[in-house]
Amino acid sequence: MKPLKFEYARAESVEQALSFLAEGDEATRILAGGQSLVPLLNLRVAQVTRLIDINGLSELSFIARENGALRVGALTRHRDLELSQSVRAAQPLLSRAAAEIGHLAIRNRGTIGGSLAHADPAAEWPLLSVTLDARLTLRSKSNSRAVAARNFFAGPLTTAIQPDEMLCEVRFPAPAGRTLWGFQEFCRRPGDFAIAAVACQISLDERGLCAAAALGVGGAHSTPLFISDVEKVLRGSRGEDTALKEAAEKAATAIDPSSDLHASADYRRRLVKVLALRALKQAWAEPGSRT
Amino acid sequence: MDHFSERRTIHLRVNGQEVQCTVEVRKLLADFLREDLGLTATRLGCEHGVCGACTLVLNGDSVRSCLLFAVQADEAEILTVEGLAPEGRLSQLQQAFWDNHALQCGFCTSGFLMTAYDLLQKNPHPTEEEVRYGLSGNLCRCTGYANIVKAVLAAASTGIEPLETNRK
Repeated sequence: MKPLKFEYARAESVEQALSFLAEGDEATRILAGGQSLVPLLNLRVAQVTRLIDINGLSELSFIARENGALRVGALTRHRDLELSQSVRAAQPLLSRAAAEIGHLAIRNRGTIGGSLAHADPAAEWPLLSVTLDARLTLRSKSNSRAVAARNFFAGPLTTAIQPDEMLCEVRFPAPAGRTLWGFQEFCRRPGDFAIAAVACQISLDERGLCAAAALGVGGAHSTPLFISDVEKVLRGSRGEDTALKEAAEKAATAIDPSSDLHASADYRRRLVKVLALRALKQAWAEPGSRT
Repeated sequence: MDHFSERRTIHLRVNGQEVQCTVEVRKLLADFLREDLGLTATRLGCEHGVCGACTLVLNGDSVRSCLLFAVQADEAEILTVEGLAPEGRLSQLQQAFWDNHALQCGFCTSGFLMTAYDLLQKNPHPTEEEVRYGLSGNLCRCTGYANIVKAVLAAASTGIEPLETNRK
């Protein structure tokens, strides 16, 4: 199928893109990588009358380390995040997740901002942003605000972005001290959306005990879900089996999965329990995951 | 002055040749190449990015041409399957597909060649696992993939030639 008619403009600056948005309505949309939006246009599922191409806005494509935190421009391609030495050094969990996205051709064009704004509950960046408590900068012609990723996702393909706003930047906070990470994604074929995915990051204190723990689940709820109970269970532990199993149980009970043609809700729940345990064991086992 | 339009004039290079055309902004890059330029080797399968049949190389990277509008290729360098073969011969990559019986109906072949081309540019000596993973975004209904994997490994072992930059 081919897209319906729309008007197109190429933004020459962020300010111009924001002006175009301010003049438009709900059917005025940003075109970044297009890997999520253009399928919707081709299938005539999305209603778009004006398309603002922001691919020329190089000021939105950057990866910067700031006191251990990672600031990423919304237009940064998945492929650049996958290959970035800065990202690998700062938060290897992000590199691992980036490599999992789709296929090379998708990663060459798709952007982190687009993935977050599109908000597929099974996508990698929404899961990582929620797990790592990222901050998203939304700008409009008259305003700029930072929204916590954990408050950003409202439902499938639904976010806090207002019609006149554009996501410009994502900030992943600096990991505290020594950190471990785990990432487990399950799907039938490489490049598919996750049937379920789990990401976790553990911070250790000077004695090697867990000081902080963050675990998130993707693909098994209406949004990516941060499991707040996991930290209580793991604080003070050294990654003992009993603690990890209890944490995995918390993840499996916190989610409200749906059934679809890929998996039943029950299957997803069981899968999340297994993946959460694997991700936590991965964190404590991999020497390479210790910083 | 209204910045929005339904038609635009674009300039780009396709397989080494300068092209200028005025197109509807909603026209997909794949359709532009096929209909406006007569380069029909780029195929359309799913039109939503999952089958890989439309894969070509834009500014040195493999992309889904069904997920790009022609207007986004303004000032770009495009390489399609038609640009792989030196005049009158098969490229080494294409020859490897031929020698290893890596095609039957041939519909997916263009997409596989462009994906393999990018794969080998970025990783000239892939393992079989890396080839399988690298090709996993291209679907084939005929061959069962085994010979395609063999062909890409064969091409990697002999090395594929750099492209001629001056092409008629």
